[in-house]
Amino acid sequence: MGDANETVTTETAANPELAAAFADGPAFVPYLAAGDPDYESSLKYVEALERGGADVIELGLPFSEPIAEGPTIQSAVVRALEGGMTPERFFEFVEELDVDVPLVCMTYYNLIYQYGDSEAQSASNASSAERSSADSRAAEPRDDGGPASNGPRPFVERAAEAGLSGFVVPDLPAEEAGALRDACDEFGLDLVFIVAPTTRGERLERIMSQVSGYVYVQARLGVTGAQDDVSGQTEGSLGRLADHDVPKAVGFGIKTGEHAERIVAAGADGIIVGSALVDIVAAGNDAGESADSVASRLEEKARELKQGALRGYEQRVPQAERT
Amino acid sequence: MTQQYADGKFGEYGGQYVPEALMPAIEELTDAYERYVLENEDGFMDDFRARLRDFGGRPTPTQYAERLSERYGREVYLKREDLVHGGAHKLNNALGQVLLAKYMGKERIVAETGAGQHGTATAMAAAHLDMPCEIYMGETDINRQRPNVFRMRLNGSEVNPVTTGRGTLKEAISETMRDWATNVEDTHYVIGSVVGPHPFPAMVRDFQAVISEEAREQLREKTGGLPDAVLACAGGGSNTMGAFANFVDDESVSLYAVEAGGSSLSVDEDAGVAPNSASLSTGNEGVLHGARTKVLQDTDGQIMESHSVSAGLDYAGVGPELARLVDDGRVNAVNVDDDGALEAFHRLSQLEGIIPALESAHALGFLESNYEDLGDVVLVNVSGRGDKDLETVIEETEKRDIEAAPSLAEFSGGI
Repeated sequence: MGDANETVTTETAANPELAAAFADGPAFVPYLAAGDPDYESSLKYVEALERGGADVIELGLPFSEPIAEGPTIQSAVVRALEGGMTPERFFEFVEELDVDVPLVCMTYYNLIYQYGDSEAQSASNASSAERSSADSRAAEPRDDGGPASNGPRPFVERAAEAGLSGFVVPDLPAEEAGALRDACDEFGLDLVFIVAPTTRGERLERIMSQVSGYVYVQARLGVTGAQDDVSGQTEGSLGRLADHDVPKAVGFGIKTGEHAERIVAAGADGIIVGSALVDIVAAGNDAGESADSVASRLEEKARELKQGALRGYEQRVPQAERT
Repeated sequence: MTQQYADGKFGEYGGQYVPEALMPAIEELTDAYERYVLENEDGFMDDFRARLRDFGGRPTPTQYAERLSERYGREVYLKREDLVHGGAHKLNNALGQVLLAKYMGKERIVAETGAGQHGTATAMAAAHLDMPCEIYMGETDINRQRPNVFRMRLNGSEVNPVTTGRGTLKEAISETMRDWATNVEDTHYVIGSVVGPHPFPAMVRDFQAVISEEAREQLREKTGGLPDAVLACAGGGSNTMGAFANFVDDESVSLYAVEAGGSSLSVDEDAGVAPNSASLSTGNEGVLHGARTKVLQDTDGQIMESHSVSAGLDYAGVGPELARLVDDGRVNAVNVDDDGALEAFHRLSQLEGIIPALESAHALGFLESNYEDLGDVVLVNVSGRGDKDLETVIEETEKRDIEAAPSLAEFSGGI
């Protein structure tokens, strides 16, 4: 199939896999929290998403303070953490997954920042614990006077080794992303940034100069969560991004194939769906349903969303007009 | 005065680690902070100071504590923030921020609260300035600080219970950030301490700096000089930075940030619990709630549940500027456990006729155990009054054998 969508090029992508996922029509990008509700079931769920037509999969590495998430994904994070998910287990999870589509890690910066730094931390905790609270003595100032962390590099190196293609970090705005951007460049991974309805002018330009892979267009203000309607803020955001030739994936609130169709018809190069899928995992978990049965419902939902996206693309770029 | 940090960084600490949706609002707030607070545009700071005086009851006294001075054989002065309207230093910041929101043309206020002191202060300021206000408060905290919930409601604020996690300050902050991310265009988030993304740590410090500005002048009048040591409790650190700000440049003044040692300084990694709130003493550098700072966390970087008998100190992070001042050796991070704080609570109540907040009692506990090292003139910031803590104190006192404590059990059934 030829590609008539002139706004999509692969120039900004550090990782050819991720860009390629957007090259042949609309990309369906589902999200699940890795390890929700347990490691083994979660492997089946992610693999079901690929069978249902996923082009890229965003895998959440759960963090204890998910400030950008609504109630649905907060609960998923709690289940995954209780199920024993850790950064190291997450990388093992990625290595064990039997999928061919690119995987993007969605997590919060503290987990990226702390990784590979456990030795320094344990030592510090031990020495602190030795000071009894009874004598309330003054803590010695640190002799190095600076941070103990090695920064984001060890995490990115391990992510590359595990086969991840990129990152989305919701609490890391472009201003603070320099070190992670450098590490991603070093290991050939993409760094996806979120653009909100409130992102305009210079901010937008600054973000777009750092983004690679795709840009995550936040469809409306607020936190993640499935909605019954799709926001009119989306078209405005897509309009502001029209001149940028990086793939635009719209997320926040997409719940049905019909939503997917409208979003793609409005100009999105991809759709990101999280809460509507996590809802299926949560319901299955609450009902004590088997993992295979939950997986088949996820596959079915994925297919509905993918088909919707394809219909939207057909409206925007009819087959007959593709060269 | 402490330094202004134009880029919002205190060395490696600070910064702006927030969702993109909030960044334009944070840029707008930074601009408003620089114009109104730092440059007094439209007479903002004059308006603020006048309201602090007439509505807030400032200046508060710096009182010579006769019996404590006798007990410790040195001059002990108490900065009486318990006398601020509402019973704590919290109004200094809440009034400043709600007023700033008004100057910025915002139409709605949200805030988090732990002990309920910041929530009640924000509710009072919002009523005073005619702004609709919603307060997020963890369910655990609602149960242990019930009178404050009623106070917020009486002032016309909505109180939204937060049921995630352990239901304390950490979860309340996360939930308020979510509200702000949803309603960012017309809403200002009045953060309650020197934490969060820039410009909050600097701005909250500037609103609280009135504590040390007054105390410095009042002590000069009384003693002709500066104190040898300043003691303030530290949770997030707003009364701490307020009490220290105007002494940071005086090298002869030792500064002590007294954290909650809780029941133990050790950490239970498997349970994800640190039975203390001593982020400065035992935490590690990390990113929490918008800032890089010292954080109670496990080796993976998951944030720990903290503990203190005092709800207002019960937080897994601390202000980034304090973290920097501790690393620089300018501020001493020390701690007092639950027992020491309770003993100090009873001691001040009996010796000086002042019932302190359990938070402030930590600073007084450090005075008891370390007075010999503190020099001739010691200033202690009594950040708030203890009325809100009476239920906790009755309960916790009954579990312990505290020398100075009166028998409370015989009356507790009838309260």
